[in-house]
Formats: sequence, C-alpha cells, structure tokens
Amino acid sequence: MRFLDFFRNNRKTTATVAKERLQIIVARERTTRNGPDYLPMMKEELLLVVRKYIQVEDGAVKVQLDKEGDCEVLELNITLPDEPTASS
Amino acid sequence: MAEVIVITSGKGGVGKTTTSAAIGTGLAMRGYKTVVIDFDVGLRNLDLIMGCERRVVYDFVNVIRNEANLNQSLIRDKRVEDLFILPASQTRDKDTLDIEGVERVINQLAESFDYIVCDSPAGIERGAFMAMYFADQAVVVTNPEVSSVRDSDRILGLLASKTRRAEEGREPVKEHLLLTRYEPARVEKGEMLSVDDVKEILAIPLLGVIPESKDVLQASNAGSPIILASESDAGQAYEDAVSRLLGEDLVHRFVEVEKKGFFNKFRLFRS
Repeated sequence: MRFLDFFRNNRKTTATVAKERLQIIVARERTTRNGPDYLPMMKEELLLVVRKYIQVEDGAVKVQLDKEGDCEVLELNITLPDEPTASS
Repeated sequence: MAEVIVITSGKGGVGKTTTSAAIGTGLAMRGYKTVVIDFDVGLRNLDLIMGCERRVVYDFVNVIRNEANLNQSLIRDKRVEDLFILPASQTRDKDTLDIEGVERVINQLAESFDYIVCDSPAGIERGAFMAMYFADQAVVVTNPEVSSVRDSDRILGLLASKTRRAEEGREPVKEHLLLTRYEPARVEKGEMLSVDDVKEILAIPLLGVIPESKDVLQASNAGSPIILASESDAGQAYEDAVSRLLGEDLVHRFVEVEKKGFFNKFRLFRS
C-alpha cells in the first residue's frame, strides 16, 4: 500500500492534468468568444503586414477587444524581437 | 405562462435525450402538464427512449408546415398523466425548422402546458440553435471528461448571446449544470474530474449529479424513462434534480464512494 502511495503522491493524477488543460483552453476561448468574427482574420493580416518589415514570431501580435463603459477599445500589442532585422 | 427548458450539451452522447425524458416525466409526475419536444430533426430518438415510437403519426415539422395540427401530433404518454411528446421528423433535414414556425408552435403549446422541455440535438447547428432560442432555463448536460466540459462552455457562450432573452436584453437564460455518468470511485483515484472541478470551470449552479449506472441502458432498452426506475440510483438522482428545478434545496447524493460496510456486503449476498 505504502509503495503505491509513493507513486500516487509523486505523480499528477490525470484528473488534475485534465482540469489544468481545461482551465487554460476555456479561458482562451472565452476571450475570443464575445469578440466579432473578424478578429482572428484581422490578426492574421496584421501579422503579415508587420512581417513585411520585421521578422516576428507567430504569437507576436496580440489583439484584444475590451469594453470600458460605452467605449470599445481595440488593443494591439506587437512584440518586437530583441534585434530587429529588416527584410527587403 | 409556460416555462421553456432546453436540455443541451454541445457534445453528443452525453445523455441529453435520457435527461429530457427523465426531467419531462419527473415534472409531469409532480402534476405539471409537460410536453417534451424532440428538436433532432432527421435523427429522432426521444420517441424510442420514451417508448412511444410506434405511435408517431405526425411530427414537429408537420405542425410547423401546417400539414397537421398540434393535437394530431402530440403523443400522450401511457404511464404518466399530463405528459406529452412532440416527436421530431425522421425524413427531413434540420433546415426545415424555421424560427417563426418554432415560435408559433411554442406559443401554442404555452397556452395549455406548464413546462415545455426542448431536447436539443448535438452540435451548434441550426437544430441546437432553434432548441435554445426560446428557452427560459437551460440544463447543460456534461460528462466529467475534457471534450464534454469544453463543449458545454461553448454552449454557455451561445446561451448568453444567441437566445431571444439575450437579444431582447431581458434577464438571461437560467443555467443549470447536470453532471452525468459520474463515477465517484474513479474520482477518488484521480482518474476522473470531480464535481467541484467541473463546477469551478463552468461556473454555473449544479442541478444534479447522475451516477454512472447500468440501469440507464436497461431503461432505454425498455423505452421507459430512467426516472420511473425508483429503486435505481440514477433514477433517484434525476428525481432530486427535478426537485431542485422546482426550487427545493436538497443535498447532492451519489457524489461520494459508497462505503461498503458489513451490512451492505450482507445485502449483496442476499440479492
């Protein structure tokens, strides 16, 4: 019994793994849920435009739509690489 | 005024039709005049689960298209008074449901019924959308399993935006979580998400926990809603869920592993 407990305490149970995975994916899907349908496409195009000038990674462009009172705020966040390399 | 309850889930095979049959039957047993509508056009199954498949003459789509009136299409349950079934059409595809037609049928039913239970098809297509659109309350049927929980969360998003209550800016659809096929022994071993895990992720009130039970298949084999099996733990769990739906505050049963005491073992030998 003690032998089994040793393993049990050291390993994450699959239920714990499931819960953590769900919390992450559900949180991500909730942020895009209420946004307009064009957001993901706009993000893709913005990434292409940025890449015409600077080589950035796939996740470098973050688009977020927030509501502040009656005002809707579109927040655009582009992470530049440490040493920007201009491409022709 | 009738209360419209949608039984929905997103994912298929989690127990929507079993739940629709059980909750509909349970409400009628408490004396509320109840109709259960099958929205799964093309893949009707509620009639089989409720044991009235051989009595279907006209269906939901016939009523929407004015090919039959409601009284011709409603099937009166033979076991429970005040319980009626409106079967889905088997031959036509889901696109034959139109919002005006569904509204007309629901309004007409609302004149004489206390509860209208809408059995949603799986997915997030037209049929599922129609089933939830007029809902006042929603029972989100979820299995303690990753894909089911994720789909339930997606459905909750739709309930908050794609229903008439949402569009008209009225009080939102009242949401209930119904966790089905729950196995406390596996939860204890860390093999299955617990009630609290699912509650924490979906963040809606818990209507009930239905334990995994062999009786559910037996009930569907016989075409008898599981809630009529009053000695079955799944049947009792559904009875509790119906009580909670009606506003009673009950402690959740069947969420802990049943401790096998001496007397329980003794009983096992005798049965």
